[in-house]
Formats: sequence, C-alpha cells, structure tokens
Amino acid sequence: MPAKGATDPMLQAVSPAGAQDMRAVTVQDVTRTFIARDRTVKALDGMSLAANAGEIVAVVGPSGCGKTTLLELICGLQTPDQGRCEALPAALMPQRDLLLPWRSAIDNAALALRVHGLSAEAARAQAAPYFERVGLAGFEQARPAELSGGMRQRVAFLRSLLAGKPVLALDEPFGALDTMTRQEMQGWLAAVLTSEPRTVVLVTHDVEEAVVLGDRVVVMSARPGRALAEIPVGLARPRRRTDPGVVACRERVLAALGVAT
Amino acid sequence: MRARVGVVIVLGVVLGAWELFVDLGGADPLILPPPHAVASSLFDDRGLLWSNFLTTALEILLGIGVAATFGLGMAVTLHFFDRTLRPSVYPLLIASQAVPIVLLAPVLVLWLGFGLIDKLVVIAIVSFFAFVVTTLAGLSSVDPDLVKLMRTFDATRGQIFRFVELPAALPGLLTGAKIAVVFAPIAAVLAEQAGSSSGLGFVLQEALGQYLVARMWAAVFILAAFAIGLFALLTVAERRIAPWASRPRGDRP
Repeated sequence: MPAKGATDPMLQAVSPAGAQDMRAVTVQDVTRTFIARDRTVKALDGMSLAANAGEIVAVVGPSGCGKTTLLELICGLQTPDQGRCEALPAALMPQRDLLLPWRSAIDNAALALRVHGLSAEAARAQAAPYFERVGLAGFEQARPAELSGGMRQRVAFLRSLLAGKPVLALDEPFGALDTMTRQEMQGWLAAVLTSEPRTVVLVTHDVEEAVVLGDRVVVMSARPGRALAEIPVGLARPRRRTDPGVVACRERVLAALGVAT
Repeated sequence: MRARVGVVIVLGVVLGAWELFVDLGGADPLILPPPHAVASSLFDDRGLLWSNFLTTALEILLGIGVAATFGLGMAVTLHFFDRTLRPSVYPLLIASQAVPIVLLAPVLVLWLGFGLIDKLVVIAIVSFFAFVVTTLAGLSSVDPDLVKLMRTFDATRGQIFRFVELPAALPGLLTGAKIAVVFAPIAAVLAEQAGSSSGLGFVLQEALGQYLVARMWAAVFILAAFAIGLFALLTVAERRIAPWASRPRGDRP
C-alpha cells in the first residue's frame, strides 16, 4: 500500500511554509499521577508530543488513556509531575459544547472577548463577521437550545477560536454528534482552519477523523498513556475519507493501535 | 384552559363539601364556619381586612427582600469559601432553622421593639434558608469543564463568578423565592401575634378572642390567596428571565 500511495497524485507532502521552524507545543517525557480516594491513578507515563506552529496534531488512543489530561497540561490547567510541558497560550474546547443557555449564540461565541475586557457591543461586533465564515449567519441571536448539535459545536469552536490563542486544544470536539453531522463538521473544521490557521492538538476516538484532519497522528497506549507511534499523514487537502491515501493511513494508525483490520 | 376548569371544579367540590358538612351538623359553625359565612365576612369586613392586609403584605415583601439579600450574600460567601467556611457555617444555618420561631418571635419583639423591624427579622429568619440552599446549589451546579474553559480564556475567579456562576444560580434564587413566599406569611402572622396593633396576624388574634371565626377564616383566605398570587408571579418571572431552567435541557449529548 505505501508504495502505491507514493505514486498517487493525491499524496503530496504538505509542509506549511516556515511552520517547521517554530515549536508551539512541546510535551516531553511527562508523567502525571492522580490520587483518587484510596489509590493512585497514573494517567500519563513518559508521554511525549510536539507540534510546530500551524500544525494539526491528532491524538488517538483507547478510552481513558489520559488524552484529556494531556490537553489540560497543554492548556496549563495542570502541571506535570515529571517531564517538561511547554506550550504557547492554548484555548480549550471541551467535548460537550457547554454553551451558556442564557446567552445568545453570538454572546456565547464572544465570551472570551468579554473576559478580555471588551464591552458587550464591541465583543459582538468582533464576533459577528465570523458567523458568516463558519456557516452560522442568521443564527447570531438564537439561544443554544434553539440550535442543532452541529451548530452548537460550531459556536463552541468559535468561542475557543475567538479567545485568540495560538494553540487550540480540541477534546473530541465532534464525539457527541451523529455520524452524518460529524463528517460534515470535519469538513467544516478543515475549511475553517485553512482560513484561520492555528496550532491544533486534536484528541479523538475516531481514527478516520484523525487522518482526515491531522498533519500527524500520535497513537497513545492504554493507561498510563504514552506515545506508541507517530504517523505523518502528508496528504493533500481537502481529504475525503474514501481517498486511497486516507484509507491506507487509517490502516496504519489502526495497526499501531493494535486493532486487527 | 383545561387547567383553569380543573381549578374551578376542585375548588367548587371542596367548598361545596365544606358547606354541606357544616350545614348538615358535622361541625359547630362557631368552630368551623361554613364558606358562605367566610365569604360574607370577606365582604362585610373588607375595610378592616384590606388595611391590615396592606400592613402584612408590606412586611412579607420587605421580609422576603431582606431574606433574598442575606441569602444570596450568604450563599456567595459559602461558595467562595467552599473548603473553609461551608463545612463549619452550614450546620449552624441548619441549626438556626430548627429553633422554634414561635418561641423566638416574642423574644425578638422584646429586643427589637414593636414595629416593622422585628417583623422583617422574623420573616427573614424563616425565609432566608430557602434562598441559601437553592442559590448555593445553583452556584455549585456549574460544570467543572466550563470553569476549565474559562480559565484557558484567562478568566479571573471574579469573572468566572460573573459570567458563569451567578447567572447559573438565578433559577435557584427564584426557586428559593417560591419556597419563601409560602413560608413568609406564617412567619408574618407569628410575628404580628407576638406583638403588633395591625396586620392580618393581629386581626386573627383579635377575631379569635371575640369568637369571630368567620373573620378569622377570611384573614386566612386572604393570606393563602396572597401566597398563591406571589407564587404564580414568580412562576411567570421564572419563565421570562430564566427560560432555560424550566425547559428540558437540550445541551447534553
């Protein structure tokens, strides 16, 4: 398969200009242990991961392998027990949208701007142009309860994007959506990140999602989590899940996860 | 519409049964007056009842206002000092609710005098616990992931409170108010009976002494109607200012 892939015109190495020079996230040999009631739980053990500026690094692994802990370390919400974790300022996007039900879509999206001291009007004015760009035009004043799951997730993503941090830590952003909406949202996210480049650490259960969206896929072990393999994707965008390159890469990630295909 | 018809039917059946029971000699009308006697007292004594109702209504509304202010303040304080104050102060608050207000009211009247303040204090003591419990529950109901999200936005503790926790506690505060409006009239009557020269509690006390049972029941009727009115008002307010709370939550996967 890899030999065939190399001749495939779809498989051009993607290297954002100048991106390699700057390191945005460095996680090196990080160990993190939690003390729960009567036992200690080692979430991460010797985990390493790096992301250059503008790069999308997808992280896949079995449930409970410490992926959320990894993102919280990157966001500075936790500190490692051992090892090194350095990252440019990062905004989190949790799996559940957690939109504030009393705020309109635009006021939810502009939340970080309000935290940074903007008035309600100024924050709205700054968020408004993005609604068109992310396909939410006309829904600015809608309450979260009036939006579909996919729309709420778009607002939640916009909220983290507008925090203006160079790094986005996405924790299974589409995990709660149905398959159809999820696929639509993956295409959407790829498009948005093309126009609004960020360094992204994307944690996901969905191997296909990792390959479709990521520049590299980091495969984690079961708890305590550490990096088992790092698979460069290197496929041209936009990618479809049926592209032979995507399929081949997905097989490699699954093999690294130890899933027989 | 169907609900309103139901109310009328239930009320009709209860009043009808009550009337029949007394008319057929089930109870001495001097002890339990028939509804028509209560109704005529409501009409005949309307001047007396109205002016005393105004006194009691003012006490109840101000007392609930005091209770809401202190309850919110206490809930916020306990929330901010979750680890230190909450475990030590909360049991004291519970204990304060176990003190029989019937005994406390006369003491407070002696201490604070024979005016409005002592009534407000009694009503506030009875009502404020509901505000503390419900508001505190609302403040603590915020998803920890939301707090983490806010922290990655560089939000301070105060901003997390202002943007997330306080609005999340609003439905709790309103629930507290709904509980309070039901208990506040009892507290008002007790406080007035402990010492006052006006208010429905005073009317009750006087009517009881003069065996004017119909007037007594008329005063009770007015208090009950007032509580129902306030409760209904709060239900409407809840739907208006916190519509997300009364709706089934749609933001969970």
